[in-house]
Amino acid sequence: MSLAKRIIPCLDVDQGRVVKGVNFVDLVDAGDPLEQAFHYNDEGADELVFLDITATHDNRGIMRDVVRQTADQVFIPLTVGGGLRTLEDIRQMLHAGADKVSLNSAAIRNPELITQGAEEFGSQCMVVAIDVKRISSGRWEVYTHGGRRPVGIDGLAWAAEAQERGAGELLVTSMDRDGTRYGYDLELLATLDTLVGIPVIASGGAGSLDHLRDAFVIGRAHAVLAASIFHFRTYSIEEAKAFLQSCGITVRVS
Amino acid sequence: MVTVVDYGIGNLRSLEKALIHVGSPVLRTDLAEDIAAADLLILPGVGAFGACIQAIRQHNLEQPIRDAAQRGVPFLGVCVGMQMLFETGLERGTFPGLGLLPGRVVPFELADRRLKIPHMGWNLITPRYDSALLKGLSDDARCYFVHSFHPTSIREADILATTNYGYDFPSIVARANVFGVQFHPEKSHRVGLRILSNFVALRADS
Repeated sequence: MSLAKRIIPCLDVDQGRVVKGVNFVDLVDAGDPLEQAFHYNDEGADELVFLDITATHDNRGIMRDVVRQTADQVFIPLTVGGGLRTLEDIRQMLHAGADKVSLNSAAIRNPELITQGAEEFGSQCMVVAIDVKRISSGRWEVYTHGGRRPVGIDGLAWAAEAQERGAGELLVTSMDRDGTRYGYDLELLATLDTLVGIPVIASGGAGSLDHLRDAFVIGRAHAVLAASIFHFRTYSIEEAKAFLQSCGITVRVS
Repeated sequence: MVTVVDYGIGNLRSLEKALIHVGSPVLRTDLAEDIAAADLLILPGVGAFGACIQAIRQHNLEQPIRDAAQRGVPFLGVCVGMQMLFETGLERGTFPGLGLLPGRVVPFELADRRLKIPHMGWNLITPRYDSALLKGLSDDARCYFVHSFHPTSIREADILATTNYGYDFPSIVARANVFGVQFHPEKSHRVGLRILSNFVALRADS
């Protein structure tokens, strides 16, 4: 298999500033999204995700500027999520230079947004983010609001519907694992891989390089999203890729 | 100066910024006279083959683009812009392409169900011969792909590089001054920027 498995750092942005991001001495301004993007780009990140965590209407213009500045200078794919509710919101982000948008609760409220977005802009730029908690073995429920609000939808059924409606990728976060550093929910990932024909990005729980390997080998994920293990400098992306390569996993070494 | 054909489909911002990054000014245009005067021409394309070629025809740019390729201007088709170099596209119907190269554009037919469609992500390009377009690239150079269709039934001599996804498909094509890349150089980090800068350098060499 020559297609590389992808490592995607995620940056949380609030009012144009990175709030959960790299904390390095070598950065002049650790809150500057552009500087963080440069850093990860140099380290060999395969894509970048910006998540607008405030996502208010007023804030969207600031986010667009962040996206525009980054996309103008960092030449790897860029995904933007958080608070995108309408086709016009999506259009503006794509025009600012995002390659993909990630839809979460807006897609649950209005699944037609996935369909319309895929028709208008193409499936390749429609990522559907799904946050789930495990109910029992082999069953997961969809949550919103950072894992606080169950929406009464079966996670696997929603994943299948998102694909059916034209999602190009699924970004799946285990809310049970998110922040725990216990590793990804591998059963969830492997189940989804069997169920859907589009790439699955694993999210939630990465605490070690073994966890990244397991997501690829056992969970059969196409990409891993990771925040804290890179932000806190536990590992660099280069180290992660060297380790994965030593495990026989194909990665891009730039 | 690189002339980029802007026929109203897709966002050309990243491509434009990447070209500026490698030191080339950019003219985005939908005017036949600009294409006629171009000394480096890029034809981008995203979305469906049919929508792209129809938009080119609606802008009355088919003949100017063909003329530019035939008068020897270094010419680069990107993604669907590469696919349109061929005679026929079979995406949501059958559409005639620019016909600069023989061949047609067909969907991936993958026996291995573990392989997802679209082919999305970083994959290897394996050159068949040395080309100025690929100068300075290492053997493990990877580019960023997003596509569900690829050229087939093309002349062996027109294949500059292949990529494997279930099987080998032509990922870079070339004949004389006409080049096409299936991936997105503007999203392919250092490798993509090098390819763009190599392309820009073709003008000085010619």
